[in-house]
Amino acid sequence: MASGEIIIKGGYVVDPTRKIDGDVSDVAIRDGKIVDKVSSSAKVIDAKGKVVMAGGVDVHSHVAGPKVNVGRLMRPEDKLLSGFCRSGMAQKNGYRMESGFSIPSTFKTGYDYARMGYGFVMEAAMPPLHSPHVHEEIHDTPIIDEAALPVFGNNWFVMDYLRKGEVENTAAYIAWLLKATKGYGVKVVNPGGTAAWGWGLNCISLDDPVPYFETTPREIITGLLKANEYLGLPHSMHVHQNDLGNPGNYKVTIESLKISEGVKPRNKFGREQVLHSTHLQFHSYKGENWGTFESGAKEVMDYVNRNKAITIDTGNVTLDETTTMTADGPFEHHLHGLNHLKWANVDVEMETAAGVVPYVYDPNIKVCNIQWAIGLELALFAKDMNRTFITTDHPNAGPFTRYPRVIKWLMSRKAREATLGSFKHKDKVIEATHLHSIDRELTLFEIAQMTRSGPAKCLGLSNLYGGLAPGMIADVGVFDLNYKSMPSDPDKIESAFQRAACFIKSGEIVVKDGEVVSNGHKKTVWVNVNMAENPQVKRDIAQSFTKDYTVQLENYSVRDYLAPHPYVINVDVEA
Amino acid sequence: MATVTLKPTKTPEIMLEGYSITPDAFAGKTPAQIAALPAHEGKIHVTLGDFFAVTGESGATAADTNILIAGDCSRVKYIGSKMTAGTVTLNGNADMYVGGWMKGGKIHVKGNVDSFCGIQMEGGELLVDGNAGNHVGCAYRGDWRGMKGGTIRIRGSAGNDIGTFMLGGTIIIEKDAFIHVSTHAEGGTVIIKGDVEGRVGGQMVKGDMYVLGKIKFMMPGYQKVGTIEKEVDGVTATFDHYIGDLGERHGKSRGQIVYANLYLKAAA
Amino acid sequence: MPKLIKGVGCPYCGSSCDDLEVLVSDDETKVLEVHNACIIGNNLFHHANDPTRPRLPRQRQPDGSMKEIPYEEAIDWMAKTMLAAKKPLIYGFGSTNCEGMSAVGRIAEKSGAVLDNCATICHGPSFLAIFDNGYPSCTLGEAKNRADVVVFWGCNPMHAHPRHTSRYSIFPRGYFTQKGQMQRTVLSIDPRETDTAKLADVHLMLDQGHDYELFDAFRTVLRGHDIPEVVAGIPREKIKESVEIMKKAKFCMIFFGMGCTHTDGRNHNVDIAISLTRDLNEHTKASIMAMRGHYNIAGPGQVWSWQFGFPYCIDLSKGTHAHMNPGETSSVDLAMRDEVDCFVNVGADAGAHFPIQAVQHLKKHPFITVDPNFCMASEIADLHIPVRIAGVDEPGVVYRMDNVPIQFKAVLKGLPGVPSDEELFDRVYERMCELTKTAPVWLAAKEDRKYPHSPQVVS
Repeated sequence: MASGEIIIKGGYVVDPTRKIDGDVSDVAIRDGKIVDKVSSSAKVIDAKGKVVMAGGVDVHSHVAGPKVNVGRLMRPEDKLLSGFCRSGMAQKNGYRMESGFSIPSTFKTGYDYARMGYGFVMEAAMPPLHSPHVHEEIHDTPIIDEAALPVFGNNWFVMDYLRKGEVENTAAYIAWLLKATKGYGVKVVNPGGTAAWGWGLNCISLDDPVPYFETTPREIITGLLKANEYLGLPHSMHVHQNDLGNPGNYKVTIESLKISEGVKPRNKFGREQVLHSTHLQFHSYKGENWGTFESGAKEVMDYVNRNKAITIDTGNVTLDETTTMTADGPFEHHLHGLNHLKWANVDVEMETAAGVVPYVYDPNIKVCNIQWAIGLELALFAKDMNRTFITTDHPNAGPFTRYPRVIKWLMSRKAREATLGSFKHKDKVIEATHLHSIDRELTLFEIAQMTRSGPAKCLGLSNLYGGLAPGMIADVGVFDLNYKSMPSDPDKIESAFQRAACFIKSGEIVVKDGEVVSNGHKKTVWVNVNMAENPQVKRDIAQSFTKDYTVQLENYSVRDYLAPHPYVINVDVEA
Repeated sequence: MATVTLKPTKTPEIMLEGYSITPDAFAGKTPAQIAALPAHEGKIHVTLGDFFAVTGESGATAADTNILIAGDCSRVKYIGSKMTAGTVTLNGNADMYVGGWMKGGKIHVKGNVDSFCGIQMEGGELLVDGNAGNHVGCAYRGDWRGMKGGTIRIRGSAGNDIGTFMLGGTIIIEKDAFIHVSTHAEGGTVIIKGDVEGRVGGQMVKGDMYVLGKIKFMMPGYQKVGTIEKEVDGVTATFDHYIGDLGERHGKSRGQIVYANLYLKAAA
Repeated sequence: MPKLIKGVGCPYCGSSCDDLEVLVSDDETKVLEVHNACIIGNNLFHHANDPTRPRLPRQRQPDGSMKEIPYEEAIDWMAKTMLAAKKPLIYGFGSTNCEGMSAVGRIAEKSGAVLDNCATICHGPSFLAIFDNGYPSCTLGEAKNRADVVVFWGCNPMHAHPRHTSRYSIFPRGYFTQKGQMQRTVLSIDPRETDTAKLADVHLMLDQGHDYELFDAFRTVLRGHDIPEVVAGIPREKIKESVEIMKKAKFCMIFFGMGCTHTDGRNHNVDIAISLTRDLNEHTKASIMAMRGHYNIAGPGQVWSWQFGFPYCIDLSKGTHAHMNPGETSSVDLAMRDEVDCFVNVGADAGAHFPIQAVQHLKKHPFITVDPNFCMASEIADLHIPVRIAGVDEPGVVYRMDNVPIQFKAVLKGLPGVPSDEELFDRVYERMCELTKTAPVWLAAKEDRKYPHSPQVVS
């Protein structure tokens, strides 16, 4: 953490946490934090005519861990396509080698996020057995602060407790696992379905029985919602619903979201939602089959807009060649049956599974175009931008390096129409979607809500990230955009967000004129739950490691040295 | 048409990566500018002039530029790779990646070429008078998009992995080949005029193969469906027509399953 | 009082058993007893007691003899030699921890080297197959808890992975496999009558080198087509029976070994095995796994994939990008073609395992061996630098054959003054930075590891 003083002068500040929208003012930084004022000897950064925002906060991105690395390993051609990616300056300064387009290396991941002015990234799915791997990769990802969400929705302990309705035992197990894996919160992926995949099956509806475990996706979601609030974790349950990616799935989606009704948020972190629904684009499909495929964004967002206990992220399709990867094992198997490309699968004993398949979102294919439109519609139909976040479910719907392009599409109808107009099946796409009739153009303030203040609040980190109030971590981006006179060429919006004019991470200048100038000082954020010991859960864990796991319990927990710069959030649970 | 002549003056100690030896890079440049074009020997940045004497003149465009390499290039990689037009003639052997990712124009190597010639080729013509190593006209590692177009003709023999993941274009091996012909292919044509050890058309989805010699070990997933007289690359013969790989997935066209075809010259 | 250390990882094969118990002397310098390990693992721990283990680097002298030199001198020579080379090759890493594999990445970048590991002469073809066809796999616990049909194709775990069959694949009683071996049907596909084959319910003794044809026959039968009367020496009926067993399995687990990767066609044998696994998933649940050789040979594939995007054969000689193409950038090919001018052998033995022509080419140039023990590669080297033994006197992360990370412990104190691989490579890197007048790039976390401080805690 840098101790020096910095003042960012004269920029148009956009900070939803303090309802500041384009006021010209200064941002002062000392000892890695935002402060009221600094001395006259502070380093001055001239932001005149530029936009100043807090560092970006990514609520959901697959950037570290076994399935991400399977994707890297399995796709040498992803490197061939990306070409020569290390700049002359990076070479000169000896920054680490960068490689990969859809699944960049850890070094490139850190550098690329920093270049876009992002300071915090949530790894969206950590298989607990592989958590040392996740932390090794986080360790090798420069600059950005990271946390990781262990997956719980198909965990044998969880299913066993919840079929008996044991929320407290589930909570105690969650507390133990967060500590063991240095994890952040409760991730649920295709609840029950991934467990069924152990036998090659799936759970498509909320009431499909999970083979052997005699529970259902509905019971798992309900139980984990309650357990999460019982513990009062900073983040809510973070769910990837059942039946992802299939026409007609918007009904299951809305049904899943409704489970949150009646559960009240209970936490000390300012979080107001009880359920975060991720990459909603993949879950907002109408139609009977791919032939009649159409947007269900309106129906889904009508519900989301009404229920304040839900936050969402979009999962925008960016029309690129990318690599899909998810703990939704049966979905990846299904996908490879559609596109016949290479398929990797990793079933993880007792816990979860994952699949990886390359995917080309071809601009000439109608379905891909409709998916693209749905992602944008979700954001454009949203009423509360502080509950609606931009993601590409990196790398599933597109690489995170396309966020600036998504922002461009959201801020400019002209840009959307240009892309829409380039489609071969333009008319059919217009018929199957709402996008063409939507005039709304998001403002910089709304973009800042969707990428800064909103996700930080959703993660229970609003005291640290996502804003520029004194006391917060000094993650500050300066973007080459004139708030008072936005460019008529929407591509300039994209390029401004692609390469920050300046990015300060924890009070240290890490990017200047779009080039990385420092490897920064990153942190790993994790949640430590303090609660009374639960003897039954302790016994169950010990027994399972003796009988069913293939690793020893004492070698399972992530050792401290693997997360050498931790930022631990303590949560005390009263008995 | 103008011709640039490269005369090798020095054998590289490690191996020269001559990625600049293409009509596209040479077009519109003087011999001195061509001699200054970059190359790599290991991590050392070198120039073409360090290893070749450059004479003659280039055309204004790639299409107007011929390159004549008057000598051996056994230790020079990437000759003519990614070229779009013009010609390259090499009086000797070449190392790996000759004509790799080539889009147009013509390359004629009068000696042998090492592995990966014509890798992921999209168009143009690659002619080798001698033998080729392995991976003629194959895909890059992991890519499902192999050779898409153009023609590769090897007058001698070739090793293993011919036309792996091929989607289009033609590969002709005038003598023998070892194993793995058109593995994983979904299009294109491979003609082997000599004998093949085996593994012809394994995991193949679509496309055509002709073998005028013998196949020592047939793939069990191929089934004979008839006998047909055909003309192939100037030879007319009677062929046993096999379809396969029956172990692999296949698409449909107008309600009919489309298999890969193997035409094996019938025993006399 | 001797100390009994439990939950110790075994630094031998890819099974990476972590249930060993090791009794060490009170001063933690001698291994007294090893429990739960196979005979090979047992011996590896006792090797560490060898009083003749090298404690100082040794450099070859003009008269051909080896002379002990201080670490400083060895590090300086290694840094200068690698920087001076046009294209150094760093090979090995079968037997070290991920910390060492990560640290060597900096040296490789700095010196524009090719970075390769023993997979290149082992399961490298499996990587090629994974690139082309994916990898429907699972962790070993899935095999233990679910598999009722287990296929060993071209592998012999009874000898190569001695505890594999008892911990994961044939004998263990798992969650859904309470009856252990009684509940499992075992197929062995091997041209030899190995001890694994003897244990199997079905042994298909195929003609050597014809795995690809046999896999194709399996796939063809699975799709309902007919096949020739005999394929690869196996009668049609036998093939059909075997396919039926696999198809009717609740969970079919295929393990494959060097019998696939080191006969003609290599990667294609694995590639079509993956295709068969994909096909089987249309009927039941099936999974496939490479029987990786060393306890952490999966490690470099993981570490370098996240650092460079490739698991092996990584050419970093261009500053702009990493390039990989086995057949070109693979160690043996580079050596055979005399394409490298400096060789660094780390925790493996190129002297024993490479073709003699490859070694002859490598020997024309500086040859450096980093290894805790004397071996062929140390004895032909110009410089031998001893390091600690990962898993014995150095802890660290290793990746088991199923890519599950296991945090190994150290059971002994290291020899005084002898660094770990990581420490050695960090010191070489620091020296390279001094020589090139550049600032070392430790990522921030790395600095903290070197200079640890207490975690910042907030509530």
